[in-house]
Amino acid sequence: MDKLYAYPRSLKKTPTHYCAGCGHGICHRLVAEAVDELAMRERVIAVAPVGCAVLAYDYWDFDVTEAAHGRALAVATAIKRVRPENIVFTYQGDGDLAAIGTNETIHAANRGENLTVIFINNAVYGMTGGQMAPTTLAGQKTATTPLGRDVASQGYPLKISELLAQLPAVKYVERVSVFNPAEVFKAKKAILSAFRNQIDGTGFSLVEVLSPCPTYWGKSPKAAMEWIRDTMVKEFPLGRIK
Amino acid sequence: MAGKRILMAGNEAIAEGAIQAGLEFYAGYPITPQNELTAYMAAQMPARGKVFIQAESELAAINMVFGASAAGARAMTSSSSPGISLKQEGISYMAGCRLPGVIVNMMRGGPGLGNIAPSQSDYFQATRGGGHGDYRTIVLAPGSVQECYDLMFDAFDLADWYRTPVMVLGDGMLGQMMEPVAFKPASIQEKPPVPKPWALTGARGRQANIIRSLLLKDGALEALNKELQATYAKIQKKEQRWEEYRLDGARVIIVAYGIMARVAKNIVTSMRAQGARVGLIRPLTLWPFPVTPFAEKKKSVVKYLVVEMSYGQMVEDVKLALECRQPVRFFGRAGGAIPSEKEIVAQVKALLHG
Repeated sequence: MDKLYAYPRSLKKTPTHYCAGCGHGICHRLVAEAVDELAMRERVIAVAPVGCAVLAYDYWDFDVTEAAHGRALAVATAIKRVRPENIVFTYQGDGDLAAIGTNETIHAANRGENLTVIFINNAVYGMTGGQMAPTTLAGQKTATTPLGRDVASQGYPLKISELLAQLPAVKYVERVSVFNPAEVFKAKKAILSAFRNQIDGTGFSLVEVLSPCPTYWGKSPKAAMEWIRDTMVKEFPLGRIK
Repeated sequence: MAGKRILMAGNEAIAEGAIQAGLEFYAGYPITPQNELTAYMAAQMPARGKVFIQAESELAAINMVFGASAAGARAMTSSSSPGISLKQEGISYMAGCRLPGVIVNMMRGGPGLGNIAPSQSDYFQATRGGGHGDYRTIVLAPGSVQECYDLMFDAFDLADWYRTPVMVLGDGMLGQMMEPVAFKPASIQEKPPVPKPWALTGARGRQANIIRSLLLKDGALEALNKELQATYAKIQKKEQRWEEYRLDGARVIIVAYGIMARVAKNIVTSMRAQGARVGLIRPLTLWPFPVTPFAEKKKSVVKYLVVEMSYGQMVEDVKLALECRQPVRFFGRAGGAIPSEKEIVAQVKALLHG
């Protein structure tokens, strides 16, 4: 009989610090499964962000470094350049990748670094208590937008993936989500593609994952998934961007 | 090329010294007065099979050094004062993650954007840590173009041995001036690399390596801090370096480093020729500060004159080293001004006859 389900080798059997219904657990697992399926656990070097996933190295069982807030792609650039035989990826949230680290993100992409980026978009800063993120939706209430995000003074949700897709050196950008099993399956496929691109030497590949934050959305885990499906995808349409 | 002497600018000598010392990765961002260093790296590193990146910012450059170092490579960046301020975040992270690396600061006038004239006003920033948290960086201060080259070998060795960032603190004048440089023999250049079992290379045949400074468990961060302090204590004990010049019977000792010590040395030579009992202590390591030569002279009747291109920074370390037992006079100019020979001689004479 074929084994249909197993605990990923690349995932430690450590309980996570994530809230109930948080998307990071799913996303960590998808990355670990992809690493196992591509038989590259011993080749992978990951760069963890600052944000809720700051402790990713406690959960993955391969080489990981921390990076200062926003600097993951500068750190990853250098690791890949000195160790081109390794598979190097960053795992970053919206604040890390699209606010404090926008410069590092755009320039690593524009240089066409042969890296894989897993970009978790949950439209808030989770670690610090649910403040407005660059990707917070118009009207969305957060700790720093108590009346809802006012686009007239606080700007629009930043579509960093669409921005990056315009750069000639960027080879692959796809937006996925994890709000139901079918979407989780698609997310896994996209993550695998982004890693395969690096293995093949194709170049800069980014997967944006719309991921739930029930705690700071003030919703139940189920309602948070439904909010992605019904509301968030209208601002951030799913599918291949490049 | 050993044995031959080559005319080089200080900035180029630093770059060539670093490459010969085994530099594998360089990232930099343009800023005057150290652009020759970056240009030298751009021309030489790829040609010699190494990595050069012009980073999008000083922040990116230092974090690239962080990444290259995490992956086990000898890595460095260079800049000048305002750029070094920007790099402090990354230097603090490197200290916290115990990552080696070399940061070159060819100081210019400050504060703020200041100007591009030589200065020594970043002494406090360099020797007190510079960024957030309880850490130190080893600080080496070359005083000639030859030393710019020579000290790069020490900088990378010290960084690797102690797993700490090392700063090379020069100034705009040292970077621009040209002097002949003799290269070390190839046997010294080709030393075996320091083993780095902690580096991220992929978890093949070993447990996963993690590089982190975030330590939330009770007592874990205090334990890291104690480990760092133990390392710093060892560095303070073993790595103090300085030059003594004409201290025999000296009644006044000038204390100066870098380019300022060059001026001071000439003054000592000419004043000695006239019979004045003047000497020089030139710290080569600014941190650890060389307290030993001062401790040895605690009981003698000596007056000190500290000369800096700042308004008095290293003078605090001299006073600490002397435990305020002997008189210490300070003379300095900053903001692009350089203390002249005439001004310094007048200060020495005031002490000799005071």
